[in-house]
Amino acid sequence: MDIIVCVKRVPLTQEVDLEIDESKRGVRKDMLAYVINEWDNYAVEEAILLKEKLGGTVTAITVGNDEDEEVLRRSLAMGADRAIRIDPGDRDVDSFVLSKTLAEVIKGMDYDLVLTGVQADDDNHGMVGIMLAEHLGLAHAAVVNGVEPEGDGATINVELEGGIDAISKIKLPALLTIQTGINEPRYVSIMGIRKAAKKELKVLQLDELGLSEDDLAPRTIIEEVFLPPETEGAEMIEGDPSTVAEDIIRIIKEKGVSL
Amino acid sequence: MGEIFVVAEHRQGALREITLEMLYKANELSQALSHTLTAIMIGAGDEAFVDDLTKRADRVIAVEDERLRNFDADLQNDILHRLIEEYRPFLTLMGHTAWGMDLAPSLSIKSGLPLATDCVDIRVEEGRPIVIRQIYSGKLFSRVAFKESEGYLITVRPGAFPPDEIGERNGELVRKEIPSDLPEARKQFVEFLDAGAGEIDIGQADLLVSIGRGIGEQENIEEIKELAELMGGVISCSRPVVDKNWLPKYHQVGTSGKSVKPKVYLALGISGAFQHVAGISGAGTVIAVNKDSKAPIFRVADYGVVDDLFKISEALKEKLKT
Repeated sequence: MDIIVCVKRVPLTQEVDLEIDESKRGVRKDMLAYVINEWDNYAVEEAILLKEKLGGTVTAITVGNDEDEEVLRRSLAMGADRAIRIDPGDRDVDSFVLSKTLAEVIKGMDYDLVLTGVQADDDNHGMVGIMLAEHLGLAHAAVVNGVEPEGDGATINVELEGGIDAISKIKLPALLTIQTGINEPRYVSIMGIRKAAKKELKVLQLDELGLSEDDLAPRTIIEEVFLPPETEGAEMIEGDPSTVAEDIIRIIKEKGVSL
Repeated sequence: MGEIFVVAEHRQGALREITLEMLYKANELSQALSHTLTAIMIGAGDEAFVDDLTKRADRVIAVEDERLRNFDADLQNDILHRLIEEYRPFLTLMGHTAWGMDLAPSLSIKSGLPLATDCVDIRVEEGRPIVIRQIYSGKLFSRVAFKESEGYLITVRPGAFPPDEIGERNGELVRKEIPSDLPEARKQFVEFLDAGAGEIDIGQADLLVSIGRGIGEQENIEEIKELAELMGGVISCSRPVVDKNWLPKYHQVGTSGKSVKPKVYLALGISGAFQHVAGISGAGTVIAVNKDSKAPIFRVADYGVVDDLFKISEALKEKLKT
């Protein structure tokens, strides 16, 4: 089974104070640490688990600059066979342009399955994967938390709201957007990344793909990024842990819970 | 006069709450813009709620066939594309749900209409739509415009709007023939599975002691289990804890887990992603402990503590033991 997996490098923003940049359309990124998008990490692991079970190859693809290659090296260390980076140069790429770019590169390749994460942790769009499927004319499913290939298809679980899964059979080739928790992504060591440096990593230029200006025109425009509107928010309990604990116990009792 | 489409989402014969939430916003917009509000119902034809939709919309377009009983992105995409060509709606709203996330991006490509997803507000300024979205897991908001187009697609975040009250509209029900050249389905629905069933029902607890990503390591869970036991509460958690297999799925609170209604919800190391917060709207009092003073959970909690959850847990245990 030949699998293509699309990955993205995103800033780590938990427990970080984000600062809006001068353009007011983005955040200051110079102080941020970067990681592989969490959903994509599960997608890479799923691709490798399927390869280990069924044979075949895994190709990891990203659209980004040379620093973004880090997520490809990481995917190679996890077990991907080769990687492709598409350099956007100075272009502003929205989800539509991203999907068009990926489609242009993937359409000439051989594959049974294309995997992406459900969404990226930075813009939280959740649309590149399914747009890519439509460009490629593939069957697709979003928010997948189980894949079991058999014959020319696969049984998949789609995670719905309210703790319900929908089970269905999908024809291959197909594109699935992978939900977190589908597997346990393996640990990647520095040593592993070094070893994987020998694997093929091809770099393509977005401007050389032959896409039309219309294909490269973003369909959505961020006009402004702003801090969440002020709400009343929580009443803050201050003090040392012991004082805080007393307050918490008092509040819980006041609300009619006996401790 | 323009048109606003709301694509009804339903499952196992019942309308999903997101449909009513979209109708609420669409109602407001259609009145402000003097647009026709049209609900699109793609289903099997025996759904009892279709009459209910006519009270909330100017028109209900029903496309019915046994093949459409359960959601199928290919079939819905094909049918919606045809309806969009025929009616040319200014806005088409879909839910930002697992199914909406499967449908909307493919419809955007098929129809050529731009799409903005997971929107928490929609405005129309000088004839063009503007949406408000959250980015970086709710730490920031963004205001997004579209490339000029004949129509626009938007997916709406569940819980962003209140459900529509039963309206006074008396919409016309238009039944459409299913296209004779409907594409062959590439996905075959098998069954629904209750992935959240388990031995404990967190939906019944008066006190939930809930842990999130801040728990750090699996070993640390024991400490919070002890605390929950001392307090006479039940342990629950947010998604990352279940993703790592540290607690079974039936402990998970949120849109993909359970909605809970305890008297007190003690959130330890939970950042407060919207998927989680949606599950605690029924809680009486929310007390949140988190190291990150900017964590979105503090926007919805009644009481907040900016501190290390383990220090607070230790102190609580000490007080309760004496």
